[in-house]
Amino acid sequence: MEKIATRGAYGEELVKLAEEYPELVVLDADLAGATMTKGFAKAYPGRFFDMGIAEADMMGFAAGLAACGKKPFANSFAMFTAGRAWEQVRNSIAYPHLNVKCVGSHGGLSVGEDGATHQCVEDLALMSAIPGMLVLNPCDGPEMRKAVRALLEYDGPAYMRLGRMAVESVTDEVAGYEFALGKAAMLRDGTDVTLAATGLMVQRAMAAAEILAAKGVSARVLDVHTIKPLDTEAILAAAKDTGCIVTSEEHSVMGGLGSAVAAFLSETCPVPVVRHGVNDEFGRSGKALEVLEAYGLTAEVMAEKALKAMELKKG
Amino acid sequence: MTLKELELTAAKGRLLGLEMVYRAASGHIGGSLSAMDILTELYFEVMKVDPAQPGDPGRDRFVMSKGHCTPGLYPVLALRGYFPVEELELFRSIKGHMSGHPDMVHVKGVDMSTGSLGQGLACAGGMALAGKLDGRDYRVYALMGDGEIEEGEIWEAAMAAAKYKLDNLCGIVDVNGLQIDGATADVMPSEPLDAKFAAFGWHVIKADGHNFESLRAAFAEAETVKGRPSVIIARTVKGKGVSFMENEAGWHGKAPNAEQYEAAHAELAAAVEKLEVE
Repeated sequence: MEKIATRGAYGEELVKLAEEYPELVVLDADLAGATMTKGFAKAYPGRFFDMGIAEADMMGFAAGLAACGKKPFANSFAMFTAGRAWEQVRNSIAYPHLNVKCVGSHGGLSVGEDGATHQCVEDLALMSAIPGMLVLNPCDGPEMRKAVRALLEYDGPAYMRLGRMAVESVTDEVAGYEFALGKAAMLRDGTDVTLAATGLMVQRAMAAAEILAAKGVSARVLDVHTIKPLDTEAILAAAKDTGCIVTSEEHSVMGGLGSAVAAFLSETCPVPVVRHGVNDEFGRSGKALEVLEAYGLTAEVMAEKALKAMELKKG
Repeated sequence: MTLKELELTAAKGRLLGLEMVYRAASGHIGGSLSAMDILTELYFEVMKVDPAQPGDPGRDRFVMSKGHCTPGLYPVLALRGYFPVEELELFRSIKGHMSGHPDMVHVKGVDMSTGSLGQGLACAGGMALAGKLDGRDYRVYALMGDGEIEEGEIWEAAMAAAKYKLDNLCGIVDVNGLQIDGATADVMPSEPLDAKFAAFGWHVIKADGHNFESLRAAFAEAETVKGRPSVIIARTVKGKGVSFMENEAGWHGKAPNAEQYEAAHAELAAAVEKLEVE
């Protein structure tokens, strides 16, 4: 089983697709070694632009390049792509609906040792708040590779989160798995509860489903790689089929997947939705797995949330 | 165009801009009047554009980084033939798409949506970079305000444009010396602009922003510069053309009342009439 960080798969895929998409250009803000665009920089130096530690300017340049027909991928850490440059992304890119892919690496708490200033748990919320923005958070290497190609085929503004930590591949183990923007992938079917997870919480959802199975609970696992637009069809089906939902994300419980699912279902099919994520807190330094555990972002806690959701369902 | 024709075009643009702001009862007249001659020179002399083909990939491009000055830009676009002058009547109106700040999606001839200050120069830089990548010879112009350049992104873009040797990029600073809260020198001193841009690796040209000969020479000089971007520091008068608006910060973003409108209209209409006779 392949174990690779989504940022690694991303960097490799950019290089692989460069010939096929001659309009692809890559910008970075002095983090090419970390966002993994360094491979592209080496292979295609004429199409790589290191804009220095100036994310706002990078987004403006990307907007101008897109206005002239290029397909720019602008890279930094999630904190700076979605946070520092938020207003440039909104006004220079999204408002005129320009074809810029804003990529935020090192999303979530699993940045680890660098601590709270670099652990962005608000990026999905920030980017989802912008009209017309496509927001992606692929869970593993194989899914990331498909997402990069899909983004190159998609004409419009988008944000995609990459992770720092190596994660095991799960999507390539699932028969019938297909990737399409805006379509959640069902990785495991179940009848008692749905675990709707995104990013590296998808692997934990698969483990949580095993824990639940041992207790006689049948859990569906949805890999929600597209936060916006939300796959309302899959969420509605999950609500109807399983009667309760746990959302799980390496992100604040406010403004990301949990909020989107809860908001949608409250207006269409009100079933219990229990949100699993970061509870309105900043992160802190530690080894990635230790930090995730400290904040309860584990399969075990997710399984507990599932049991709670099932209790709520009983009324 | 002759100098007189340029002056007449700018005078008509000023009148249209005033009418827009009065009709909408809002908008930014002061900086639009200070920028009008620069905009006229660009669209009627300098830029290689065809209003019939606003999306031509080989065209010169313009970014209104001081985006609030749509009462300057939209009249010039209309007079240049991008859309009928009558469309200006829906400026800032819910009934149309003549938005308060430039909107490249809905307003023909607008090359970049702007309005949030400080963002235009970077966008223009990206356009210039694309031109270099594609081996095209178009040029990109970005008009900034001397208040606007207090935004840090301008200087980030200035560094980047020098790094990538964007000699197809020409910035213009409309130095009218005023911003909303008062004199730029008091609010946040941005001078010396020439020394600052030169230190960032730009070729600096000084011009009189209300003199077409001076502007023509400045743009011509910018075209000859190789290996680095150019910036024209254009000295202007905020509210130019309306005696009681000139050099008054209060006219940055205020619409005139009926009485003020009549007075301003009379002054600007007289200027048009005088030039038409000549």
